[in-house]
Amino acid sequence: MAEITFREALRSTLIDQFRKDERYFMMGEDIGAYGGSYAVTRGMLEEFGDRRIMDTPIAESVIMGAGIGAAMAGLRPIVEVMTINFSLLALDQVVNVASCVRYMSGGQVQAPLLIRMATGGGRQLAATHSHSLEGWYAHLPGLKVVTPSNPYDAAGMLRAAMREDDPVLFVEHAALYPGKGEVPEEPYEVPLGKANVVREGKDVTVVCWSRGVGLGQEAATQLERDGISAEIIDVRSMRPFDLDTIVTSVKKTGRAVVVEDDWRFGGFAGEVAALISEHAFDYLDAPVRRVAAEDVPAPYNRLLEQASMPNETKIVNTVKAMI
Amino acid sequence: MVMVRPGDGDGDESKGDTMVRAKQPREGSTARSGKRAYPPVALHDVDDLRMMLLMRRFEDAAAEGYSKAKIGGFLHLDNGQEAAALGTIGLLRDDDYIVTHYRDHGHALARGVEPERIMAELYGKATGVCAGKGGSMHLFDAKRNFMGGYAIVTGHLPIACGLGLAMKYQGRDSVVLCIFGDGAVNEGEWHESLNLAAVWKLPVLFLCLNNEYAMGTAIATTSAVTNIADRSAAYGIATARCDGMDLWDTRAAMDKATVHIRSGKGPYALEAMTYRFRGHSMADPEFYRTKQEVSERREAADPIELVRGRLEEAGLIDAAAYDRMVAEVNQQVEECVRFAEESPDPEPGELYTDIYAGIAGTGVPGPAIDLGRGA
Repeated sequence: MAEITFREALRSTLIDQFRKDERYFMMGEDIGAYGGSYAVTRGMLEEFGDRRIMDTPIAESVIMGAGIGAAMAGLRPIVEVMTINFSLLALDQVVNVASCVRYMSGGQVQAPLLIRMATGGGRQLAATHSHSLEGWYAHLPGLKVVTPSNPYDAAGMLRAAMREDDPVLFVEHAALYPGKGEVPEEPYEVPLGKANVVREGKDVTVVCWSRGVGLGQEAATQLERDGISAEIIDVRSMRPFDLDTIVTSVKKTGRAVVVEDDWRFGGFAGEVAALISEHAFDYLDAPVRRVAAEDVPAPYNRLLEQASMPNETKIVNTVKAMI
Repeated sequence: MVMVRPGDGDGDESKGDTMVRAKQPREGSTARSGKRAYPPVALHDVDDLRMMLLMRRFEDAAAEGYSKAKIGGFLHLDNGQEAAALGTIGLLRDDDYIVTHYRDHGHALARGVEPERIMAELYGKATGVCAGKGGSMHLFDAKRNFMGGYAIVTGHLPIACGLGLAMKYQGRDSVVLCIFGDGAVNEGEWHESLNLAAVWKLPVLFLCLNNEYAMGTAIATTSAVTNIADRSAAYGIATARCDGMDLWDTRAAMDKATVHIRSGKGPYALEAMTYRFRGHSMADPEFYRTKQEVSERREAADPIELVRGRLEEAGLIDAAAYDRMVAEVNQQVEECVRFAEESPDPEPGELYTDIYAGIAGTGVPGPAIDLGRGA
């Protein structure tokens, strides 16, 4: 088993699948000659040519729609959107076509495209390049939304997502790309819709995903020094959503904290908190709490930006206040 | 009246006079006065007359169903635009694709979708083309490559590019016919799609049905350049205008467009000049145009009357045969309405089907189905 980066895990999985099945091709801004703005596709143009690695105009809506249309005709398009912020220009295609065309057509038409995009802040890019909007997409019935937190899940979930017959939004937190982890060399899949207990504990359940999983694990290490045992659950897939794993954990620990990089008000963490309250209310020893981004546009200044984001200290303080 | 404007890679056709001719007023009435050179009528033109009558009568019956509140939602009728639809869709091959806008009943009919299943969809019934889940604005028939009516203006142009990309990727010479109105050309997706289709040489036929009004807003109110063929040419796309009230003129233009696309020269933009005889939708009080305007335009150029007149002149039908045809079509539409009315509503359990392929339901925890009815 080799230790590789999150970026390399994605790249090697894409290349492997591209070699096996010609229906896969990719469209996006600067994915070819430039090598990908996050270098995920570096070298792919050279191997697969411009028929399968297609540099597009800066025109997110038609890129997304072309992916949907090609998927309707039987291909397996992958659309890379440079960041989730730019995906708003293609929102019409995702909301009004991709997620509902199967339903609206009475099951006649499907759009099995894979949409990849980078998300998240922390790099002083201010309010147009730093938000985490995946929770908006998880709101959509008909779309699947996955948010891997480590190289192993990134490779396994990408392989699974590429075989889906439904549109899948594959969300890659930009801060995770250089992170390393062990990844088997032989192909494997991590099924979508299964949460993962990454650390067992008995006093509190910390529900997190994407960048939040690293924060949760760090917080658990700190809490352990104070004699508090935290169970860390990596949601991995926002939709389909695995509530059972979370409820089982909360019934054991009696407390839950939900961590996310999106804004607190109206976010996905609020949905998770509501579900825990509906399904495990009698087991709770404290109200479900959230650690999320502050309700402000992402600031440029480094100190202000760091203050606006969730971190391990905020998680530790929140847990301690509950016990 | 077909005017081809040379686009990138399209070196033939009459280059010199296109701009001048494109600026002439619409010519729908000249056709009926016999100035236009027509090919001889053929037996299949009789079938096309029957289809146009079916399209017209179907819409009138839908209006009646809507007035009785048996059809819900919005209802956009196609009366007056039959030649523009049939003259284009009727020339497609089975392996070609269509995506269109929400004024789509006539387009589905022209593609050969069963009329009773379209009417049942308007009624929201389980026997409808989309099992009652799409409605009037979202007709799909995948087995006929009728890939949908789309109700976000211009939202389907990117889809057409994707279908075209798939044809090119797979080495197929199919055409993707993408139909939209003059109101679509100021959305960003129109510009994005024409540019992408041109730069990638996609086999997409962008058919603009220019009926002069975007809902109730006249095109000159919203566009500095009202000649959509001219605008399309700016993207390096071969373009033409045709008289969409004239079946033969539309067919001739469509023929040139499909030959161009199938020869691998890339997309084509055809602007069919047309006019709708009913409002934008059933909810339209038509404040923006006078009754006189509509009746004058209808008198000047009713696409059905043109076809009927030419067939009568050629002796292919007479008044009695025409009346018989009208009666048969009326009967057929009555049967469609009966089929729709007698068909069952979808089962309640259908609420949670067709959302995902691999998993049942909606992928997230939810209560058991509660339709909100009292116990």
